Amino acid sequence: MELFTPEIGLIFWMFVSFAVVFFLLAKFGFPIILKMVEKRSDFIDNSIKSAKEANERLAGIKEEAEKLLSDARVEQLRILNEAGQIRNKMVEDAKTQAKNEAVLLIEKATADIVKAKEDALAEIRGEVAVLSIEIAEKVLRQELENKTQQTDIINRLLDEMYV
Amino acid sequence: MKYFKHIILIFFVLFSATVFAENDTVQTAENQEFNIKEMIFEHIGDAYEWHLLGHTAIPLPIIVRSSNTGWHVFSAARLEHGETYNGFVFSVSENHKGKVVEINAQGEEIRPLDLSLTKNVISIFMTCAILLTIFLTMAYKYKKEPIRSRRGFLGTIEMLTMSIYEDVIKPCVGHDYKRFAPYLLTVFFFIFTSNLMGLIPFFPFGANVTGNIAVTFVLAMFTFVITNVFGNKHYWKEVFNPDVPIFLKAIPIMPLVEFLGLFTKPLALMIRLFANMMSGHMVVLVFVGLIFIFNIMMGAVTASLVSVVSVAFSIFMIALDVLISFIQAYVFTILSSIFIGMARAEHH
Repeated sequence: MELFTPEIGLIFWMFVSFAVVFFLLAKFGFPIILKMVEKRSDFIDNSIKSAKEANERLAGIKEEAEKLLSDARVEQLRILNEAGQIRNKMVEDAKTQAKNEAVLLIEKATADIVKAKEDALAEIRGEVAVLSIEIAEKVLRQELENKTQQTDIINRLLDEMYV
Repeated sequence: MKYFKHIILIFFVLFSATVFAENDTVQTAENQEFNIKEMIFEHIGDAYEWHLLGHTAIPLPIIVRSSNTGWHVFSAARLEHGETYNGFVFSVSENHKGKVVEINAQGEEIRPLDLSLTKNVISIFMTCAILLTIFLTMAYKYKKEPIRSRRGFLGTIEMLTMSIYEDVIKPCVGHDYKRFAPYLLTVFFFIFTSNLMGLIPFFPFGANVTGNIAVTFVLAMFTFVITNVFGNKHYWKEVFNPDVPIFLKAIPIMPLVEFLGLFTKPLALMIRLFANMMSGHMVVLVFVGLIFIFNIMMGAVTASLVSVVSVAFSIFMIALDVLISFIQAYVFTILSSIFIGMARAEHH
């Protein structure tokens, strides 16, 4: 039964060598390997995560760009519309203004004409009055040779004035 | 792989030829008996020399301490052929057969403290050297360049390491598995490497290390000590004050059973690994030995026919042993993990 009785020498050497190997591997071997494998796994996980995020962001950016583009298009349309409106308005305004101006000018011209006419009339009237007075003077000078006639005329004139 | 069949066939033929060659020498000495038991025990046992081929063997250093004359270190070659050196001799008696003994003044055999570097010891050293080389290099490389995919040999080792770590240690040990991982991984790779080295049938491999009870005893002791040193309060309560009806504790049947359980667990570990690995070697040796038995009993022709069958079975057995090598290392690790995990478990 030699097979089932452990030899002291083998136990001793086995214990020593296994203890040494265990110590060395537990200190410089397995913990480092396990840590590094974990580190690598983390790195891979993180890489995949960030790649996914980047992809998502890229998709987001594309969407955003499209949105921006469409927004720009809408904006462009709006601006064009607005510009058209403004132009129309400006033309309209210009037209009304021109019209108003024209009306004013015409009114002014009319007023001027009227005034000129009135002035002319007044002048003519003055002339006519002066002329008539002169004529009247001349007539009167002839007629007022006598005192009676003078008084008559004066009276008549006075009557005329008061009545 | 196309020529695989041919290679196998050639192998068979060559092997049969060598059997014929050996037959001649056996047959010329008609009364020479082939002792299969001796042959097998010689192969699975330990030795002071490392057999190479035929009659050549490398003598290994013998280190003994006699209670009278103190330490002696000498080569095993000095004791060959029954020679005596400083009072030491290879025993031929039934008690210490093949071991170094000291003959005292009364002519009795006394076994000295024997720390010889036997075949198994050298094999253990080699396993240790291989493990240290692989894992220290691996750790160095991984530390230098952690972010890199590993292929080839290191990748395989990493895969093995991580599968043991993730699938055995993590679920079996429980919450503080990281603390026990180095021990369990060392145990796994030590057993696995030793097992595989034991399967390679030529020098410098082929020593039956894990099929030796001293080796499995030390491994089981490590697990036993770690389990009990790191056992928590709950674990010891379960041993000495288990949750069973009071009449089972009044006469301490259950505590006794539980206490015995502390020792049966590592004992089972020890016996399982030892028996499996030893029997693996034994079966292969029996198949090979069968050839020589048939040779003596029925002559060379039958023996050569038997050799074909025997070699086929041997190959099958060695292939099976490769599987067993892994399984036994795996089982030892998984059971150690479970024992440690049970000793560390909180209330369930």
